[in-house]
Amino acid sequence: MILPAPGPAESWGRVVRASSRRLAPQFRDEVARGLAAARDAGVSTLGVGLGRSYGDSGLNSDQAVIDARHLDRLISFDPDAGVLRAEAGASLGALAQVLAPRGFFLPTVPGTRFVTLGGAVANDVHGKNHERAGTFGANVRRIGLRRSDGVVEIAPGDDLFAATIGGLGLTGFIEWVEIGVTRIPSTLIDQETIPFDDLDAFFAIAAESKARFEHTVAWVDCTQGGKSIGRGVFTRGVWAPDGGFAPHTDRALPVPIEAPSFALNPLTLKAFNVAYDAAQRLKAGTARVHYTGHFWPLDSLFGWNKLYGPKGFYQYQCVLPWATGRDGVAEMLRRIARSGEGSFLAVLKTFGDRPSPGMLSFPMPGTTLALDFRNRGAATMKLLAALDDIVREAGGRLYPAKDGRMPAAMFRAGYPALDRFATFVDPAFSSDFWRRITA
Amino acid sequence: MTTPVALSPRRVVVLGAASAIAEATCRVLAAQGASFALLGRDAARLDAIAADLSARGAAKAVAVAKDLADARDAEAVLAACARDIGPIDTVMIFYGVLGDQAQAEADLAEAARLLQVNFTSAALWALAAAPHVEQAGARGVILAVSSVAGDRGRRSNFIYGAAKGGLALIMQGLAHKFGAKPGGPRAVALKLGFVDTPMTAHVKKGGPLWATPAGVAPVIARALERGGPMVYAPWFWRFVMLAIRVTPQAIFNRVNL
Repeated sequence: MILPAPGPAESWGRVVRASSRRLAPQFRDEVARGLAAARDAGVSTLGVGLGRSYGDSGLNSDQAVIDARHLDRLISFDPDAGVLRAEAGASLGALAQVLAPRGFFLPTVPGTRFVTLGGAVANDVHGKNHERAGTFGANVRRIGLRRSDGVVEIAPGDDLFAATIGGLGLTGFIEWVEIGVTRIPSTLIDQETIPFDDLDAFFAIAAESKARFEHTVAWVDCTQGGKSIGRGVFTRGVWAPDGGFAPHTDRALPVPIEAPSFALNPLTLKAFNVAYDAAQRLKAGTARVHYTGHFWPLDSLFGWNKLYGPKGFYQYQCVLPWATGRDGVAEMLRRIARSGEGSFLAVLKTFGDRPSPGMLSFPMPGTTLALDFRNRGAATMKLLAALDDIVREAGGRLYPAKDGRMPAAMFRAGYPALDRFATFVDPAFSSDFWRRITA
Repeated sequence: MTTPVALSPRRVVVLGAASAIAEATCRVLAAQGASFALLGRDAARLDAIAADLSARGAAKAVAVAKDLADARDAEAVLAACARDIGPIDTVMIFYGVLGDQAQAEADLAEAARLLQVNFTSAALWALAAAPHVEQAGARGVILAVSSVAGDRGRRSNFIYGAAKGGLALIMQGLAHKFGAKPGGPRAVALKLGFVDTPMTAHVKKGGPLWATPAGVAPVIARALERGGPMVYAPWFWRFVMLAIRVTPQAIFNRVNL
């Protein structure tokens, strides 16, 4: 297998545009030869999938990447035990299409279906049901990991397994993953939409939802300052008791061109947030919706990341522990409102206390806030550094899958197991993120 | 308004089952509960595909390691497949090799190989498959992947094109033979345009002409059920190739295709 010439690579935030030598194996037997080719060329390797990591954790500039997306075969599905094993390039959307008609679903899904199984493991993704299901990694039973010195099968309890869950692809190439899947009564969701006026109301609804609603998330209007701070809309849902097992289809509206850089400015942002808030408030109440609209609303707008224009955008997702969550989030929202920056979709959610096995897993019991900011260079960096200070002060941390800029000290402060994790990194693997954070 | 008819699952022999387009097509059929005999060179890869199709709903999927360029034992191999998965009603010929035109012109052994793989062996498999699908009656179908390259001889790839064009004629002839009396099976030549697969890995891609295996798979699955003996996929190639076929030779000579 010959390592191809470098070709363009970019991540979802489109700030970092890199170039990588990309191998795209069709069969698992090609992976070992791909690794050997990279070694012979004197470059490191990183397994990559559908490119939904926002910053630089899915990039390996001027080195090799093994694109897993054609390794998308199911290996076995046991409906009696509720266990699915598949190659790591299978997307969660494609797996849902196989599972749903048979009355099963993935244990948890992130906000997009365009995530590979391997990516879900490497970033230990979470979903709207974190309180019940924990992270994706908490539902993994076994992993086939190709290290530079051979294949190992790892399972909960193994140190290498704990390093690989949330391990950003640095412990080796994830060839296949076995997960526990969940029985569902239908593919519809009974969804409630509840507007709230401030953060205290958000936390009250979150607490009250725990017992009855598996899926919870909220949108907050981060353009609002002063008394309206933390105004937003809470969405919660449970699987509907009946309604059939129709899976989702792959129809989506493409965003055909990149928006011009002036399209997003404090004025349009404010207008969008006011309009979105009004639209959501109109929807307030109960509705029965298909899972795709509940879990993946943005997927119907294929390539929405291009809306942020040619300079791209930064995503910022933090988690703050319970004790400091309310005040910390309030302070961040005040700081963002004052800046006039801030995002279309600021997402606020509570995490439960089901632990993840992952050494570098992002979620912790508490509150998570996710925002995106168009890239305006130094001004954006300054705002994000100010937010960093609030997060550190509050004892929180940032999500590497979303990050493209956090200082090494910030990462170290949030992830006390970092040094231990580093001992499990395969020497043949690396990424832009890893080089930046360990420089 | 027609009522959708519940299709009984097909029993499919796939020649060249490890091709990306074959695999994508088989996934569509597996969801309908089809049974498969998967033929190709690499047993381990075929096993991986068989496991996938079974998990997706295939009633049965068996892997048969076989170098398909050698069709001398085609009849015996197909008979063995029928013993494995039951009476065959569907045979799909996907394998092929693109080759390099310049190399094949310089080296006749290479030209012979391209013709043997893409035409001679494929034609023999189709002839050997005919009695099986005739047994299946109107359900029966042989589908072979031809190419838009077979529609007009062009300097960039006419050896591959001639082989694929010849294979299309075999399918057209079988369709004519099967059509002699009502209730007979069908034969389909599938003329594929540019598809992003390992076969075209060396070609610079992008733009509206390129399709994906998952994109053409439903078209192929539909061509098993209905339609004429020549199917273009994606559909617009019918018109692209019409334009190429009717271009006068004097003008054609000046176009680098």
